[in-house]
Amino acid sequence: MTEIFGVPTQALFGQLLIGLINGSFYALLSLGLAVIFGLLNIINFTHGAQYMLGAFVAYLLLNKLGIGYWWSLLIVPLIVGASGVVIERLMLSKLYKLDHLYGLLLTFGLALIIQGIFRNEYGSSGQPYQIPEELQGGQNLGFMFLPNYRAWIIVASLVVCLSTWFVIERTRLGAYLRAATENPQLVQAFGINVPRMITLTYGFGVALAALAGVMAAPVYQVSPQMGADLIIVVFAVVVVGGMGSILGAILTGFGLGLIEGLTKVFYPEASSTVIFIIMAIVLLIRPAGLFGTQK
Amino acid sequence: MTIPAPPMTAAERRAEETRVHRIAFIVMTVVLLVAPAVVYPVFMMKVMCFALFACAFNLLLGFGGLLSFGHAMFLGSAGYASAHAAKVWGLTPELAILFGTLCAGLLSIGAGLLAIRRLGIYFAMITLALAQMVYFFSLQAPFTGGEDGIQAVPRGHLFGLVDLNQPLAMYGLVLIVFLGGFALVYRIVHSPFGQVLKAIRENESRATSLGYDTERYKLLAFVLSGTLAGLAGATKSIVFQLASLTDVHWSMSGEVVLMTLLGGMGTIFGPVVGAAVIITMQNYLAQLGAWVTVVQGVIFVVCVLAFRRGIVGELGAWLKKSL
Repeated sequence: MTEIFGVPTQALFGQLLIGLINGSFYALLSLGLAVIFGLLNIINFTHGAQYMLGAFVAYLLLNKLGIGYWWSLLIVPLIVGASGVVIERLMLSKLYKLDHLYGLLLTFGLALIIQGIFRNEYGSSGQPYQIPEELQGGQNLGFMFLPNYRAWIIVASLVVCLSTWFVIERTRLGAYLRAATENPQLVQAFGINVPRMITLTYGFGVALAALAGVMAAPVYQVSPQMGADLIIVVFAVVVVGGMGSILGAILTGFGLGLIEGLTKVFYPEASSTVIFIIMAIVLLIRPAGLFGTQK
Repeated sequence: MTIPAPPMTAAERRAEETRVHRIAFIVMTVVLLVAPAVVYPVFMMKVMCFALFACAFNLLLGFGGLLSFGHAMFLGSAGYASAHAAKVWGLTPELAILFGTLCAGLLSIGAGLLAIRRLGIYFAMITLALAQMVYFFSLQAPFTGGEDGIQAVPRGHLFGLVDLNQPLAMYGLVLIVFLGGFALVYRIVHSPFGQVLKAIRENESRATSLGYDTERYKLLAFVLSGTLAGLAGATKSIVFQLASLTDVHWSMSGEVVLMTLLGGMGTIFGPVVGAAVIITMQNYLAQLGAWVTVVQGVIFVVCVLAFRRGIVGELGAWLKKSL
């Protein structure tokens, strides 16, 4: 068997693939956080719970109604996104005039509620979710075996991330959005309904989290805790990347996923902490984050 | 005909405030002295440890305006350090507690230097991430006992003399630690340093323009808060003879935020009341399992939406006194 730096290539590429998969989810989730933060100035602590909610709604649709993976990819973000719209209208919108920290506390409380309810219902153990038929099996690339579903995750997440970037940076709608981020009063004065835009933006960010949840369901097990620890890592990713730039969030997500994968190969003990260590180093060297600008 | 009282001068108001605080402090002390006759002492000790933890947290959030979402790292690491010192090195309890507190102090210098580089929401995320790092470290490090934690920590003899296995002796020590920590927080808040801290909370750029090195003040507040949280954690591990992962987990960081928010941010007595309410609630709802989390979440949401002053804050507003 061939080796690189004393590590079998099979293991190396295997871990790199896992790193890319994790990175796909980091990118999708930090992208959602960045979009929400840009307009609402709120760090959405519920993001992890909404990601979990996405996986669970897909699981319930399959087991209660027989609705499969592909329809779930479309329906689940709509359902969970709609619940996000309700949350924004009923609660978050009451807090915009206050210190931003209240938004953080409110969304933290909501995350506790959602996770608690699902833990009561399903315990802490995970529920399996079948990989859809079309994506079962895999390709032998010669140097490694690539399961089709994993390849699909990477491609799908890249497509979603880049289309989001395109919409925000290159279309008229995105221009409104960026303008409202800079100066909501002025944009409102031009006759654009900013409060509705804020509501829809929150819904969209939440839908992204739910989409990530559906995609994650066949890879990780569907469990009430799946979002809780992930969201803390995603926060560190956001600090490293800085929330100023959409492309930065995507790049940092994938990059840190890969680094985490590599750490698993070369120094497994540090694999759960490496992202936090990188965060600490970035804070020392570039406090605003790699792609951010200090306000 | 009544003559309206002349408006109070600032000095009179301060004196009045001090008098109210003194009375409240005496009431609290009496309650804590009588409590073990009525309530299970271990329960009261748990309340006091968490009350000190929440007071330390409130020093940073309520008076410094800095929301740390990682204070569990100080509670937990101090707990591990003092449990290790008492069990493996055989130190007397007061030295073990001192050692644990010092460890938390050192940790808070490191964490503080990193975290105060960013403000507001970033500060919360950074502290949370650093605490998660400490959590994973505690999970893997050889001396923390992983999932089991450090169990059967000896309570030992205070100064080699007083046997802390007697419930009342242990209670006395926790009471002294709590009241001492509380008095220290009070002193800090009402010192010139505390005034500058409040000024930074209200308007940081203005404080900078007045010539204050705000970074240093924030770092000192962070270190004081982390060290006092460590004192609470170190004491707690001696009381319960256990240091475990629960105390470093992010949900613990969330709990102390909840206690402070419910009791009243930026009030003197709020964190104590908040801690008492939350611990009591956990005690009575323990058999409900995960519903406790749901109830805590609901309290968070209700507090943020409708009850931002907290219990003591509302009470103070009603009595027109700052408590």
